[in-house]
Amino acid sequence: MGHSLDQIFVIAKQWILSFLGGTPVWVQWIASSLLNISAVLGVFLTLFALISVLERKILARIQNRLGPNRVGPFGLLQPAADGIKLLIKEDIVPLRADKVVHFLAPVLIAAAAVLALGIIPYGRNMTPFAIDGGILFFFAVGSTTEVSVFMAGWGSNNKYSMLGAMRAIAQMVSYELPLIITVLPVVMVVGSLMPDAIVAAQAGYSLGVLPHWFVFTPWGAVAFLLFFASGLVESNRTPFDVPEGESEIVAGHMTEYSGFKYATFFLAEYFGMFALSGMAVTLFLGGWHAPIRFLEIIPSYVWFFCKLGVLLFVFIWIRGTLPRIRVDQVMNFAWKFMLPMAFTCLVGAAIWHYQGRRLGGYLWSAILIFAVYFILSRLLDTGKKFAPRTYRFAE
Amino acid sequence: MNSVVFIVIAILTLAAALAAATLPKLVHAALSFALSFVGVALFYFLLGAEFVGLVQVFVYVGAVAVLIVFTILLTRRGAEEEHGFHWSGALIGLAVFAGLTWAILRSSGLSAPAPTVAAVTVKRIGELLMTDYVWPLQCVGLILTAALVGAMVLVMEEKR
Repeated sequence: MGHSLDQIFVIAKQWILSFLGGTPVWVQWIASSLLNISAVLGVFLTLFALISVLERKILARIQNRLGPNRVGPFGLLQPAADGIKLLIKEDIVPLRADKVVHFLAPVLIAAAAVLALGIIPYGRNMTPFAIDGGILFFFAVGSTTEVSVFMAGWGSNNKYSMLGAMRAIAQMVSYELPLIITVLPVVMVVGSLMPDAIVAAQAGYSLGVLPHWFVFTPWGAVAFLLFFASGLVESNRTPFDVPEGESEIVAGHMTEYSGFKYATFFLAEYFGMFALSGMAVTLFLGGWHAPIRFLEIIPSYVWFFCKLGVLLFVFIWIRGTLPRIRVDQVMNFAWKFMLPMAFTCLVGAAIWHYQGRRLGGYLWSAILIFAVYFILSRLLDTGKKFAPRTYRFAE
Repeated sequence: MNSVVFIVIAILTLAAALAAATLPKLVHAALSFALSFVGVALFYFLLGAEFVGLVQVFVYVGAVAVLIVFTILLTRRGAEEEHGFHWSGALIGLAVFAGLTWAILRSSGLSAPAPTVAAVTVKRIGELLMTDYVWPLQCVGLILTAALVGAMVLVMEEKR
């Protein structure tokens, strides 16, 4: 029973494909791919609608408000109302804008975000597209986002758009380094770039309760935190939302977009967030594996989406509680702290591996990482004293 | 099937490259250049060289195209007046093309039948890089580190 429930979507797909028996191989191949694509799109568009209302609800709770509660029960139909509103809004294109580039930017950015979702294993035998260099594909697709952001900023012919795009690209290029280098220890330890192999390497439990996830190793824990912080930057979320700091440069590279194009940018941002969270789950949180052995009767995809939900909640939680960081602080943090720490994780993982993945390895890699952290924090200490600010006129 | 895909990709790549060479606005040219990089990456995928194709997208579209675009934006201000046709550029282009064609036609690989090779996995590439080609890899690493340090020195603020 547990097994068939776990594989219910795989079985359903095979059942649908069985109607095509006898047709050429390429027809079946295309049909199978189309099924995968529609499944990914359907699931994540629903999740996008759900998260957009949940985010507003959670933010409202943090700020002691009620949040959307007019449309449908508990405001749950709010996404439908939003969608209709954005669809029927006038689509304004600036007169001096570069029409083609202005139009292509949101399309390309959303396409890249959807592509990145395609290689994540959502459950046992549930990877939409299992390719050999999956992790590389993920980051290759992600790196094209910068070109789209530039196109949005430049095509709008607006100085705020251009400033926002410049900020966004500078920030994304800087944080791509720690983002990818924190992935390297996992790839090194597993010895494969395939997401499925990485999930398989995290199977098994110590004493039946302690899962072998990489987040429970010293280097894995640090790498996970660094990866998550870089993910916040890559998806332009607070506290790293300088590119669209609305109090400074209107809405960054999205200033000149309205209606459905603006919604497409939002869709891309959220899909990027899902993809990065999904990648974090795959790399460090054991993918679709259950946290305790006897809980494995619950289907694998449920576990994946539970972990994804927790990470998304943290994204929203951080947005509700942390103020925006200044541009120069963001950059300094990337180059002076994140990058050395990411390299330390790499060395820590090597020590852990060559100590036979036993207690000694855990200890030595923890000591190394802590030592580097200590030295870095001493070196980067500016010695500023933070006293309560005194106001001369606004008491 | 494969030849149809080949022709489609070839037309896309060549059109993008031609656009990159002829479009009057430099930013447009840079963006079509990025598109032609994507076309080249598609060729690698078609040939089964998945890793090279992904690295092509990663390095050329993600980094080089952004670099070119930034260079254009940071160095030129509104300099988009019409230029005449550059004969020297056309000559250099033709010379490079002729040289490459000559080299390709002279190589012995063309006449020999294509060898059947097993699909190269990323793991195999990694192993080769760490065993047979470890010295070239180290040299590349050294050059890149030197370039990085050089870039740092160039932009570093003068200490007063």
